[in-house]
Amino acid sequence: MGHTAASPDAAHGHHDGEFAHPASIRMLLTVFFVLVGLTFLTVYQASFDLGGAEIWLSLIIATIKASLVILFFMHLLYDKPFNAILFISSLIFVTLFLGFTLLDAKAYRNQIEVRDTLEESMKPVPKQPDVEPTRIGATMM
Amino acid sequence: MSATETLEHSTDEQHDDHSHDHPDWLAHHFDDAEQQFDSGKLGMWLFLVTEVLFFSGMFCAYALLRSQSPETFAFASQFLNEKLGAINTGVLLFSSLTMAWAVRASQLSQHRTLTATLGMTLGCAAVFLGVKAVEYTHKWGLGLLPGHLYLSQGVPTNEDHEFGERALIWLCVLPAIMLVGFLAWWIQALIQKSTVQLRIAGPLLVAAIMYFAGVGLGRWIESDSSHAGHADHASSAGHATAHPAHASANEHGEDHDHHSSETSSSHEHEEKSFSIAPSVVTLPQANPEQVALPKFGSVPSQDVNQRGRAGLFFSIYYCMTGVHALHIIGGMVVISWLIIKAAKLQFHSQYFGPVDNVGLYWHLVDFIWIYLFPLLYLIT
Repeated sequence: MGHTAASPDAAHGHHDGEFAHPASIRMLLTVFFVLVGLTFLTVYQASFDLGGAEIWLSLIIATIKASLVILFFMHLLYDKPFNAILFISSLIFVTLFLGFTLLDAKAYRNQIEVRDTLEESMKPVPKQPDVEPTRIGATMM
Repeated sequence: MSATETLEHSTDEQHDDHSHDHPDWLAHHFDDAEQQFDSGKLGMWLFLVTEVLFFSGMFCAYALLRSQSPETFAFASQFLNEKLGAINTGVLLFSSLTMAWAVRASQLSQHRTLTATLGMTLGCAAVFLGVKAVEYTHKWGLGLLPGHLYLSQGVPTNEDHEFGERALIWLCVLPAIMLVGFLAWWIQALIQKSTVQLRIAGPLLVAAIMYFAGVGLGRWIESDSSHAGHADHASSAGHATAHPAHASANEHGEDHDHHSSETSSSHEHEEKSFSIAPSVVTLPQANPEQVALPKFGSVPSQDVNQRGRAGLFFSIYYCMTGVHALHIIGGMVVISWLIIKAAKLQFHSQYFGPVDNVGLYWHLVDFIWIYLFPLLYLIT
């Protein structure tokens, strides 16, 4: 994964040094084909019924793909550490955001189920599915 | 390499009309090219942080809805075409490759490679949007609409395939106008022998054509999988009886699995009459109690096949993919800007920040799609 030599720049004297680090074509192609392979893997994996493990497996594969994109295509591996700190901190905050929201996502489950049962028992005739207000719809909207 | 030529070219010219030492591509308030590059890149990463947090709001909504009603997601996700999603993933990954390659080319002053890779990135973005247009309009025709607009699947009178077709034509109007415009520009540049204009109009023209290639590809796959995917759906949905006549009679028939019809013979009868005269058919309403409905988890499909549930899935689907598509369009605008700058040979080893930063943005759009694809399309 080394860098190829930067372009010759002898003729200009205004600026010190090279800061461009061109990625090697071999590295770019390797990352691309690994990404395509992982895409096939995740599609293939979806054809099995893995129950609860399915979402975690597909999220793990997606995270590997995302890391490859970030580290190599976006050059974060070779970038200034401060940029990496910025980006990783955003991911930490996303984790906090999702984690805390999901913590009490089911906190009102019991009340919803009690109300649903009441509604069911009061309903005289089953109505058409497409006009019927729904459990989720009624609570979320 | 031509880096030095370009540099001298640009610096010499600018020195004449600038009273101080800064070349044209270096802003006054920066000491040197590296400082300018690092500042720009820091700003771009900060912007990407806000983008990640912005999208996380929608991912949060997704996680909440899915945790509350996993069976809705399992049901509604069937209507998404896995193949088209996978193709679009591949297209975006390839565009990420060409974008990363463009950054390399700009650093090495490989102007021809730079224009070519930027053009390919733009073309891939256009293919992505073309496929997306087919996916969206196909769903609109089936009544797979967000929230309260959702029409329960399996009731033929609800469906208006013509609407989907008309919507697709509307989504092709602007690209068609752009195609004609770019073609005219390209021909004009050809007549005037303006190489700079040719280098700009060429990639733009190719991108406009690629949109229609994407539409064609999408339609081909979509019609293909409505035939083939149908059997899958029927079996997975619990309808053990195969409907060969059904599949051939109705191209757009993937929704009929969840039909609450009573017997398979009446089912087939309805299919046929529907495919002949969709507007005339009125279905005898099935009695839900007598029908063995396909189940999703412990919930019969009838329960999830309605506005508040599958409709909510499509709300979040259109919201997430729609905002993502807007980002693709935004990316196309800035890539076009890069193509203009690249055509004027403005990038070299001391000034490639715009290519690098647009590249970062483009990879982030790819990054988001990497999560969207399995979360929306691959739910079993």
